[in-house]
Amino acid sequence: MSMPKRPFAITLDVGSSLANLTGSWRTERPVYVDRLPPCNAACPAGENIQGWLYHAEEGDYHAAWQVLMRDNPMPAVHGRVCYHPCEDSCNRRQLDEPVSIHAVERFLGDQAIRHGWKVECAPESGKRVLVVGAGPSGLAAAYHLRRMGHAAVIHDAGPLPGGMMRFGIPKYRLPRDVLDGEIRRIEEMGVEIRLNSKVENLVGLMNEGGFDAAFVAVGAHLARRVDIPARDAGKILDAANVLRGMETGAPPRLGRRVVIYGGGNTALDVARTAKRLGADEALIVYRRTREQMPAHDFEVEEALEEGVLVRWLSTIKRIDQTTFTVERMTLDATGWPQPTGEFETLEADTLILALGQDVDTSFMRAIPGVVFRKDGVVEVDRNMMTGHRGLFAGGDMVPSERTVTVAVGHGKRAARNIDAYLRGTTHEAPPKHEVVAFEMLNTWYYTDADKMVQPALDMIRRRTTFEEVTGGLDETNALFEARRCLSCGNCFECDNCYGVCPDNAVIKLGPGNRFRFNYDFCKGCGLCAAECPCGAIVMVPETI
Amino acid sequence: MLQQIEGSQAIAQAVALCRPEVICAYPITPQTHIVEGLSEIVREGRIGNCQFLNVESEFAALSVAIGASAAGARAYTATSSQGLLFMAEAVYNAAGLGLPIVMTIGNRAIGAPINIWNDHSDSMSMRDSGWVQLYAETNQEAADLHFQAFRLAEELSMPVMVCVDGFILTHAYEQVDVPSQAEVDAYLPPFEPVQVLDPADPVSIGAMVGPEAFFEVRYLAHHKQLQALEMIPRLAGAFARAFGRESGGLVVPYRTEGAKTVIVALGSVVGTIKDTIDEMRAEGTEIGAVKLATFRPFPLAELRAALIEAERVVVLEKALAAGLGGIAASNVRMALRGLSTPVYTVIAGLGGRVIPTTSLKRAFAEAHADRIDDPHFLDLDWKVIDKELARAKERRRSGPIAENILRGLGLVGQKLF
Amino acid sequence: MTQRIKFYQTGTFTVGNRLLDAERRTVQATVDRSNSLTSGHRACQGCGEALGARYAVDAAMRAANGQVIAVNATGCLEVFSTPYPETSWQVPWFHSLFGNAPAVASGVAAAMRAKGRTDVRVIGQGGDGGTVDIGFGCLSGMFERNDDVLYLCYDNEAYMNTGVQRSGRTPPGARTATTPAVGNKPGAEFGQGKNPALIAMAHNIPYVATASIADLHDLEAKVTKAMAIEGSRYVHIHVPCPLGWGSLPRDTMRIARLAVESGLFPLFEAEHGEVTDVTPIRRKVPVDEYLKPQRRFAHLFRQPPDRESISAIQAIADRNIAKFGLLRQEGEV
Ligand SMILES: Cc1cc2nc3c(=O)[nH]c(=O)nc-3n(C[C@H](O)[C@H](O)[C@H](O)COP(=O)(O)OP(=O)(O)OC[C@H]3O[C@@H](n4cnc5c(N)ncnc54)[C@H](O)[C@@H]3O)c2cc1C
Ligand SMILES: Cc1ncc(C[n+]2csc(CCOP(=O)(O)OP(=O)(O)O)c2C)c(N)n1
Ligand code: SF4
Ligand code: SF4
Ligand SMILES: [Mg+2]
Repeated sequence: MSMPKRPFAITLDVGSSLANLTGSWRTERPVYVDRLPPCNAACPAGENIQGWLYHAEEGDYHAAWQVLMRDNPMPAVHGRVCYHPCEDSCNRRQLDEPVSIHAVERFLGDQAIRHGWKVECAPESGKRVLVVGAGPSGLAAAYHLRRMGHAAVIHDAGPLPGGMMRFGIPKYRLPRDVLDGEIRRIEEMGVEIRLNSKVENLVGLMNEGGFDAAFVAVGAHLARRVDIPARDAGKILDAANVLRGMETGAPPRLGRRVVIYGGGNTALDVARTAKRLGADEALIVYRRTREQMPAHDFEVEEALEEGVLVRWLSTIKRIDQTTFTVERMTLDATGWPQPTGEFETLEADTLILALGQDVDTSFMRAIPGVVFRKDGVVEVDRNMMTGHRGLFAGGDMVPSERTVTVAVGHGKRAARNIDAYLRGTTHEAPPKHEVVAFEMLNTWYYTDADKMVQPALDMIRRRTTFEEVTGGLDETNALFEARRCLSCGNCFECDNCYGVCPDNAVIKLGPGNRFRFNYDFCKGCGLCAAECPCGAIVMVPETI
Repeated sequence: MLQQIEGSQAIAQAVALCRPEVICAYPITPQTHIVEGLSEIVREGRIGNCQFLNVESEFAALSVAIGASAAGARAYTATSSQGLLFMAEAVYNAAGLGLPIVMTIGNRAIGAPINIWNDHSDSMSMRDSGWVQLYAETNQEAADLHFQAFRLAEELSMPVMVCVDGFILTHAYEQVDVPSQAEVDAYLPPFEPVQVLDPADPVSIGAMVGPEAFFEVRYLAHHKQLQALEMIPRLAGAFARAFGRESGGLVVPYRTEGAKTVIVALGSVVGTIKDTIDEMRAEGTEIGAVKLATFRPFPLAELRAALIEAERVVVLEKALAAGLGGIAASNVRMALRGLSTPVYTVIAGLGGRVIPTTSLKRAFAEAHADRIDDPHFLDLDWKVIDKELARAKERRRSGPIAENILRGLGLVGQKLF
Repeated sequence: MTQRIKFYQTGTFTVGNRLLDAERRTVQATVDRSNSLTSGHRACQGCGEALGARYAVDAAMRAANGQVIAVNATGCLEVFSTPYPETSWQVPWFHSLFGNAPAVASGVAAAMRAKGRTDVRVIGQGGDGGTVDIGFGCLSGMFERNDDVLYLCYDNEAYMNTGVQRSGRTPPGARTATTPAVGNKPGAEFGQGKNPALIAMAHNIPYVATASIADLHDLEAKVTKAMAIEGSRYVHIHVPCPLGWGSLPRDTMRIARLAVESGLFPLFEAEHGEVTDVTPIRRKVPVDEYLKPQRRFAHLFRQPPDRESISAIQAIADRNIAKFGLLRQEGEV
């Protein structure tokens, strides 16, 4: 035994308690986990929203954009037209308002266009994939395939790429330079787009072009019609055509008074377009109530602001020249509209039908194995493959919700599966983590921060021009908005666990490396888990 | 330099010469003049950077000293009587922590009844606290003991009390040789603590110690006292060589050659005893005295050697262990264990009761003739006692409850003590 | 009080925040914090006092460039940190007695002054019992002399070390071992209470503050501010005790937070006897929310609940809120 240099027992050497391993007291141990943020879980394009917000929070927009681009090739488009289901499930909604994910996404997308940020592709694989349709789904598939090193050639029947993003969504919601910018970037990656090239013989084209696989995403373009007894009816148009007409040649002539029949987003787009084209009156006639309208509420709101009129619970019974007979409806117990026998009339010059679109997949009928639903929609498995091996499909033409984002998500999923298919394997998505519920968070720690509001164009210009209605966030606001993210379920290195442990049993590993528990000393009090703002620590019982 | 000064001032000057770094005090008669003197000296800047703290209690005074000492400063305080009891917890603590604090006790009785006059009840109550206790006979010794006290305290890392009889010494004007700073510096080296609070070498001092080590810690405190027993004569010797006069030590015999009766006492009363002895010697009585200059550690062997020739020993003490008798006497008996020498206890001077030579002479003579009662209460007014006991008896009877209890116990009419 | 940082995700509510400048993060967020009270101590699971002590002393250590000496009163903190043969302290640390820590600290400070060590700063610390009851005389003396000591009181509202007996800081209604929840007035008496921070202010010392482990930024800012001042300074820190309060170890922080948010533990600071700032309540809660998770108040919520006592406690909170203006808007001065 060495000679102690201090007076016995009364005087002790500092830090000597490290010999006392208090970890043995523990009955539960804290464990760091990564959980699935609800926004990520809800994003149809499978974006790692929280992941890119993390970088945006630091003001590193390029890094943020790169993370975003792993899943979605068109953030500037999505930041404008995506219906952002992420925000509906954002946990911050239960605190104040959801993070304006789309606004930050748009900001990043715009930054990328402004600064000409580029995407890196993997080395050439030598494989070639045919993509039919340059809508969002086809573009996304081609983009992801290119990133993975495969050659992608898109054939599109139309004169310009973009599908419904161009021929459906009006430019006041999606300026064409933005759309063009993002499509151009895809092309610059080496994706070849052959326009005015309607595919009739898919199998032939594949053989001719030496393609190893194909992805079809031809959308839904056949306007649905309805029979209305009409005598000397004025103009009856369909919405898709009107909107398409806006992009090709001279704008359609609609007259002073326009009635739009339908209740979807298309109806609103076309009504708002009519207003901008000079119609005195754009009146939407819809069978059901506002609450039941498939159109998104914010779009209804914007349309009403711009002077679009809506007649709820009404059907058009008869048209006699410019006189429309409209029957009032009532909702039955199940919420279905039932005729009341009460009629009214109204005057209009043009009727635009906005009753939805069907798919035109006739050109695929001959391909062996492909299975169709009765409305022409093509069946795919969970890997987006049709019944024909090597032939994949997605977007509006397969059974699913019809949105740009879903289409882009299909494109991504298809690309990953095509890649696996080309390598003779199957793609297995990694298992999903548990989704973070609001109750798992300790929201005390987040600052009170109201959502940033995007600027809106002034009303006169909204009613008369096709300028973009909703403005983007500036840098400060975008940064602020990004920082509203709660980082649900994933450690964002707030140091709370490191700070609140009464036993110093949390080891800080330095920026980006998170933390580690020192189980030698952790007594298992659970303070770290309770005080973790984002629910990234769970307590698990110790087994003896 | 010889000065005709008040004892307290001599002590203050001696303490100042020891270059204390922290002095703290709370006033209590008869200690006041010492700290008043020191506060003036400190204010005049005569002890360098020394800090003088006016604290709010004796408990705080000693606690401040404890903190200062643990931080490596030479720390000093002084108190008396109630003050010493008020700081009792800290008294034990300072000793337990081995902090070389020097504290002057201006010895005074403990109340109730409150009494400001001299006896040794106060310091005696702390005799087992682990402090060294040195008792001064004169003001010169009172001053000198402080130099030795600091050196002893710091060499052994233990606190030392210098006990000085209140008023009799503290307020008496006598000639005192106050040494020069150079002389004191040569005798008392700077304080080098064995354990110190220092951010450059952090330690934890004052740990909680359980049954597995507490006993050893206590033994070590005892052992330190035994070491002090060896060191005190050495320091006293060194002091005598350096200053040319005797002060302190363990036991100091006076005319014990051939003495059949030896008086043992502490403090200033030794002076009166010496006078009495001179008188009695002159009359042919074989009597001498031994001064107990150090009461803790108790110099068992030295005292036994000093008393071995005596036929009887009389311990005269200014404290009373109620229910027992003499405190010093019991200790002296321990020094003489195995011998048949009778040890008589004389309790004297409580609460400042004057101890006249005549009374001493009478008592010593009775002892010399082995006729003294033991313990003997010197000049106790038995008339007063008897009267009061009678009164108390009356009153106690009159209380029906007490009476009934006593009757029930069959104790009525018996003397209760 | 620290100015709250808004708009930075968690701003200054969390211990660290990668989005803030390094100097706006806490000492506790740094890897080089001194861990003055290190691992291996024997405090109960989730002990607020262990946490509060590390928070405060680490902050003081940073403020004094590591030149700190700490003096500790007897109590849980002392006992759990230094049972022979091990100590958890990494700073020079000294324990003398239960009731004399302020005086001992004064002594250390005097020694430092005598030695001209102006770089070394002295901390005195103890539990509520050691500070506001048995040590109050020494504390008051230290204040009155304006000795250069920062005194930290870790208030867990009872004598915990001896087994949860009532202290001068035990809140009315609380069950302790000496105010059992029996009889028709269960728990601690509804007296007038004892507010040591206000009493400290009455000494006109340069700095007095109350703090809570639930608000680390605030706590560190106060300790740091106190360390920059010479003279007597007092910081009274609320530290829940899972054992004594009958709360879950994991709830220590939450309960500390609720004490502040209910108004029962007002956070303020004062200089030279005048309140200079208060930390506003962020989201006010009724006292029930604070009381319910603690078994020491369980008797108030038996069927039928003791509404009278609960309202009396609410009245205390309301009085604090009015007295200190705790419902001020954040950032408003
Ligand atoms: C008016 C309107 C507004 C909308 N607004 C939104 C909105 O705001 N947000 C949102 O998420 N979704 C919106 N949608 C829906 C969205 O546009 C579609 O769900 C999405 O574009 C579907 O993408 P896709 O790639 O499957 O098909 P499409 O976008 O329809 O693209 C299909 C492409 O295939 C081409 N094609 C068709 N047949 C052939 C063929 N045989 N050979 C070669 N090429 C062929 C077409 O020319 C077209 O370019 C809107 C739709 C409309 C009609
Ligand atoms: C003079 C004295 N009286 C009583 C005690 C017993 N004692 C030791 S710690 C303690 C309670 C400490 O309570 P507090 O100061 O509030 O600290 P806590 O343990 O609650 O942290 C008591 C009563 C003591 N050590 N000394
Ligand atoms: S707070 Fe952030 S991580 Fe959580 S759901 Fe909203 S955007 Fe996603
Ligand atoms: S009794 Fe309370 S204060 Fe003491 S160690 Fe346990 S939790 Fe901490
Ligand atoms: Mg306490």
